[in-house]
Amino acid sequence: MTVELEALLRSAFPDATELSVQDRTGGGDHFQVIVTSPAFSGLPLVDQHRLVYDALAAPLADGTIHELRIRTRGAQ
Amino acid sequence: MSELGERIRQTIETEDVVLFMKGTPERVMCGNSSRALEALRSVGAPVTTVDVLPDPAIRTELSALSNWPTIPQVFVRGELVGGADIVQELAETGELRQKLEASLDEGWQDARAERIVELAPPRPLRLA
Repeated sequence: MTVELEALLRSAFPDATELSVQDRTGGGDHFQVIVTSPAFSGLPLVDQHRLVYDALAAPLADGTIHELRIRTRGAQ
Repeated sequence: MSELGERIRQTIETEDVVLFMKGTPERVMCGNSSRALEALRSVGAPVTTVDVLPDPAIRTELSALSNWPTIPQVFVRGELVGGADIVQELAETGELRQKLEASLDEGWQDARAERIVELAPPRPLRLA
């Protein structure tokens, strides 16, 4: 599942300089997402995370993602 | 807006700091809610908590209002600050304290008692 989520994030943030999805518990539904992208530059964290939620809206809505931790950074 | 939605909106707008969480401060039912609560406590925020578990409609209505899909959610003076990751990060960098300092009235740290607002009565047990 991390591969599918990574693909969704990659297409939402094509300019990302850092992008990773980690299955936190090994159970396939608790994930840690890290994205560094110029798309986040200048945005408050709440809007940065909204962009990640938007990118992952489908797996969030259908329950594929039970828990999501997000760390975002604007690219320098 | 539904009556429940209206009560959620009022709570967000009238309370200084609101944490929508799974469970209560005495009985936290989710790791992320716990992280958000601890981050708020670490800066002495006057937290008002709302348990979303008694009625699934609370969560649905809240997410529709806030445009934020997950629980917990933290609001300061009516503005969504974010979920557990953001609040924890802001607490660590000192920005959370700055935000409270800038948003709340003087003396906010003296009024740090936690409050609980109940938006829905516990559902009665249904005996089949």
